[in-house]
Amino acid sequence: MICEDYVTPSSVEEALAILASQQGAGRLISGGTDLMIQLQRGERNPVRCLVDVTRIRGLDEIKLENSHIVIGAATTFARLERSTVVRERAPVLAQAASWVGSPQIRNVGTLAGNVVNAQPAADGSIALLTLGAEAQIANLTGRQWVPMASLYVSPGVSRLDASAEMITAFRFRAHGPREGSAFERLARRKALALPLLNVGAYVLLDAEARQIREARLAIGPVAPVPFRAQQAEEALKNQPITDAVLDEAIEIAVRESKPRSSLLRASKEYRQELIRTLTRRALQRAIQFAQG
Amino acid sequence: MMTVSKTYRLEMNLNGSDVRLEVPASATLASVLRESLGLTGTKIGCEEGECGACTVLVDGEPVDSCIYPALKAAGRKVLTIEGLARGEKLHPVQRAFVEHGAVQCGYCTPGLVMTAVALLQHNPHPSEDEIRRAISGNLCRCTGYLKVIRAIQEASKAG
Repeated sequence: MICEDYVTPSSVEEALAILASQQGAGRLISGGTDLMIQLQRGERNPVRCLVDVTRIRGLDEIKLENSHIVIGAATTFARLERSTVVRERAPVLAQAASWVGSPQIRNVGTLAGNVVNAQPAADGSIALLTLGAEAQIANLTGRQWVPMASLYVSPGVSRLDASAEMITAFRFRAHGPREGSAFERLARRKALALPLLNVGAYVLLDAEARQIREARLAIGPVAPVPFRAQQAEEALKNQPITDAVLDEAIEIAVRESKPRSSLLRASKEYRQELIRTLTRRALQRAIQFAQG
Repeated sequence: MMTVSKTYRLEMNLNGSDVRLEVPASATLASVLRESLGLTGTKIGCEEGECGACTVLVDGEPVDSCIYPALKAAGRKVLTIEGLARGEKLHPVQRAFVEHGAVQCGYCTPGLVMTAVALLQHNPHPSEDEIRRAISGNLCRCTGYLKVIRAIQEASKAG
């Protein structure tokens, strides 16, 4: 890997100013667990200057603000996995974090790094979509919150302008009473393996915990970008928790997903079957959590 | 056209001693340890963060040093396999690996030992599941995991 400069700004504004001065030849580095490999293999355009954002104060904090959890962009997966507030009030994210890479990777790799890589099966992205999260984007004109779904363009491509913008945080509503979420994943090994399929499920139940008021389902990789199974979500809305309702929603999720056969992952048919199995498990566990 | 990397001053605490050296902007911690500092106990296997042979501890946490920018270590405590023994006296994890024959070709051993040292620091009496999960980022192609697990269990009793 060849680059000339490595700088460690101490604020978001400083990082953005450096990026601007590099006119496209600068690149943010957080954990670097994907970027370093891409640079070493020459898969990226040459980078003149690496801008390490992990020393920016507050960028690795997990905060509970009123009813929202706010997670700094440079929070590592190891911290997400261990965070009590995330485990108790956004379990889908803690569970997804525990699957990423290996312990060594989770100690370094960050949530924003996972998201900006824009892989359709990024465990962090699937969990954040499940939570209906927003991302805070900073550029020289200010900061704004945008829905996660608006960030993804195609495999490996995010809507972020890497020469002028950065993600600074994610936020979503913390689970309250009668809310639950869960993450399911199958890979060839139990560690250090890409998912054949991953699914995040969220539910909000009614006061008696017998009906689903609202549901969210995110599935990867079954489309060019992390996918929300919105028709299946609609089929669960205001429905009683019965096998028939779950069965129907799961079949809709299978129909609206477009998994492909892949030598790396598995055949389309096998992965469709996985959508059935993993979506059912994720929904059942989310419901169980919501029922306390 | 050749691009020459600028060098940066890196100051870190390495195996208990403060070190200061100049490193290229793009150097990895593994390359600095091995090539600039001559600490070749840290092995480079896959060079893509998959095998864990290059595992060292940064502020007590295992990282894959082959994809860890050296300059990230600035101001931090780095512990490598060379920093474990006290003179001739092996660290309890090293001793347990020797006693249990948890070494075949040996290439993955320094990484496995460092991972185990970090595990036992955080969790002095791990279950077998916790051990398996902790070493899940360290590949051994001689398939010697069972003896490794026994060695870590033994070291946890010693500690």
